[in-house]
Amino acid sequence: MKFKTFAAFVAPSIFMMLLFIAAPLVSVFSQSFYLTQPQFETVEVENCTAGFLKQTCVTEEKTRPILGDDGKIVTETKYVGWQSYINVLEPERAWAAISAGSVSALLSIDFWKALRFTLTFTLITLPLVIIVGLALAVAVNNATRAIRGPVIFISLLPFIITPVIGALSIRWLFVGDGIMTAFLEWWLQRDIALFAQGWTIEILMMGYRVWHVAPFAFVVLYAGLQTVNQDTLESAIIDGASRWERLRYVVIPHLMPLIIFLSLIHLMDSYRVFDEIIGFSSEAHVISLQWLTFDLLTPDDSGNRSISRASASAMLTMIGIIILLYPLLRRTWRDHKGTS
Amino acid sequence: MSTPRAFRQSTALRFSSAGFLTIWCLIAAFPIFWIAVMSFKEPIDAFSANPLSVIFGPATLERGSGLSVPDILAGIVLLVLTAQLAVKWLPGMVRQYSPYGQVWFGWICGSLLLGLAFVLIFVGALPPIMNVVNSALGSLGNPVIGLTTEHYSAVWWENEFYRNFINSLIVTTGVVTVSLTFGTLAGYGLARSGSNLAFWILIIALVFRALPHSVLVAGYLPWFINSAEILRPILGDAAPTLYGKPFAVIAVLVAINQPFTIWMLRSFFQNIPAELDEAARVDGCTHFQAFRWVIMPVMWPGVITTGLFSFLLGYNDYLVTSLLLDAQNQTMVPAIAGYFNRETTTTDQVEAVAAAVSITAPLFLLVMIFQRQIVSGLTAGAVKG
Repeated sequence: MKFKTFAAFVAPSIFMMLLFIAAPLVSVFSQSFYLTQPQFETVEVENCTAGFLKQTCVTEEKTRPILGDDGKIVTETKYVGWQSYINVLEPERAWAAISAGSVSALLSIDFWKALRFTLTFTLITLPLVIIVGLALAVAVNNATRAIRGPVIFISLLPFIITPVIGALSIRWLFVGDGIMTAFLEWWLQRDIALFAQGWTIEILMMGYRVWHVAPFAFVVLYAGLQTVNQDTLESAIIDGASRWERLRYVVIPHLMPLIIFLSLIHLMDSYRVFDEIIGFSSEAHVISLQWLTFDLLTPDDSGNRSISRASASAMLTMIGIIILLYPLLRRTWRDHKGTS
Repeated sequence: MSTPRAFRQSTALRFSSAGFLTIWCLIAAFPIFWIAVMSFKEPIDAFSANPLSVIFGPATLERGSGLSVPDILAGIVLLVLTAQLAVKWLPGMVRQYSPYGQVWFGWICGSLLLGLAFVLIFVGALPPIMNVVNSALGSLGNPVIGLTTEHYSAVWWENEFYRNFINSLIVTTGVVTVSLTFGTLAGYGLARSGSNLAFWILIIALVFRALPHSVLVAGYLPWFINSAEILRPILGDAAPTLYGKPFAVIAVLVAINQPFTIWMLRSFFQNIPAELDEAARVDGCTHFQAFRWVIMPVMWPGVITTGLFSFLLGYNDYLVTSLLLDAQNQTMVPAIAGYFNRETTTTDQVEAVAAAVSITAPLFLLVMIFQRQIVSGLTAGAVKG
């Protein structure tokens, strides 16, 4: 295919990606160094109230936003350097907390709190998703053909459901005296409030995420199982390998590329954990990096959005993604150089 | 079918794996099933600690709304009939009446008609008929299971959820059509070109796919809010404020979805042998003609699968739509956040449940109809690397 034809085919898609992905990245990068604020002026105001014989007058200094000719508040954008990053990271407080050895003080700063949760969430759900997915794939592969279709159908439901709604449906089972909480209370013979502290919410969130993503791992690994070489399996049986040994030494090595693929997808997706925070309304206890940026972008009570701080937090989130993807990109690059 | 003896499973293994699958199916389906049951009950029943009273709804029954045994039987018969029609009669009718080459259009019309007829009979005709039947039957016609649809009518009519539904429809339709149009072109180009440039485009797309969406939205917001002033020198007074406009959100979602779309479509295009385009080229087609008249007709499965995933992205999105759309153009998923945040009475909560079920129902239908395409889509990118 000639370059010109190729360019004509990919141009619309590239244009969209440049305009709506690459350009916003540049814009976020520059926004994080600038701060837009309303301009204020200080004026002396004399307030007089009617009094007997003589008016009582008080003169005071007042700060008010400057209004432009069109009646709108005049804003001013100025270069602030790393200030927004410092506002997000709060290095002084963080450093004081670290040198005092107090983890809870460090985690009282929003960014570090969000980072801590995002990383724990990613690292704990990863092995669970792979294990549940693999177990399901093996079990379905061993089952009779007739039940495979229905099992796959039911398994797809948690995967396809809107994430916010999925999180909500789990929450309604556990919230207050919901059916599952009532069951747990009856079973353990004690009072349980699952939404009163952070760690129980985190467990519920991780449970939700495994419920939501394991079907994806299951379907992918199940498709992989269909391509396992039967001859190798038979020779393993002749060599006297037990079922477990066959799984360990024949099947899992065959599935390894898929497991790596699933892990990468899962790392990318769970690093962006966000919908759970909304579904479980857990802002007070547990927050994630993406939620932090979302919160800074949402208008506050006076209708202002802290765009500059949000941009700084977004850039910091980006750095995490780059660290996460670096090994993958290096490997792909090496493969590409090897083939061409 | 004879399996070699060594492949046969011991009874213990078979039982434990069957048990594991049963438990998984229960866990997978239970939360969805449960919210569906809850949405039809009075608040006292819906949030009762006793599961039996959630299912049978004594408080709902006391209020006088419920289903009798004949009601349930009639409902089941109607469901089975519709399913039979859909499986046995619909394919023949579609094949007979749709114009040649537009079978997919016939399918869309056919299933819409059948669905509409079902809803009309189920919601419109069945209740009055069953009222007469129940009163004729005497004590057999007394309701046994509590069930009320008042939360649905409250959500859809009084709270005007249908507006959010229409907005969702606009956004998802836009996202699916635009991203498929751009995606098939790019996917075909990338699949047929082995150049370094194509490789780099794919790698950059992979990096873009990993970006958290909030990062991108942080980039759009200031521009979208001020777009009228920024664009005025170019477009004059017609310059729109992009913030709150559905078409702006469609553009954003298409762009966010594009990396995934081109990866998936590329892997589908690679499955189509290149000899096919070469034959078309020998016959005198240009590249574009070959793409349009030779490759696209055999690409429908891949296009449908990718379309499904674009649909899911547009439909399920919370972050982008809640930040970039204003209240009157809000789609369904962000709108539901309004319900559970204001949750003051238990009635509000059950209404939120009903709204959640309304959002899930189309997805449920989607899995039923397109199960095979979804599975092939999930495995397309993975198995071939």
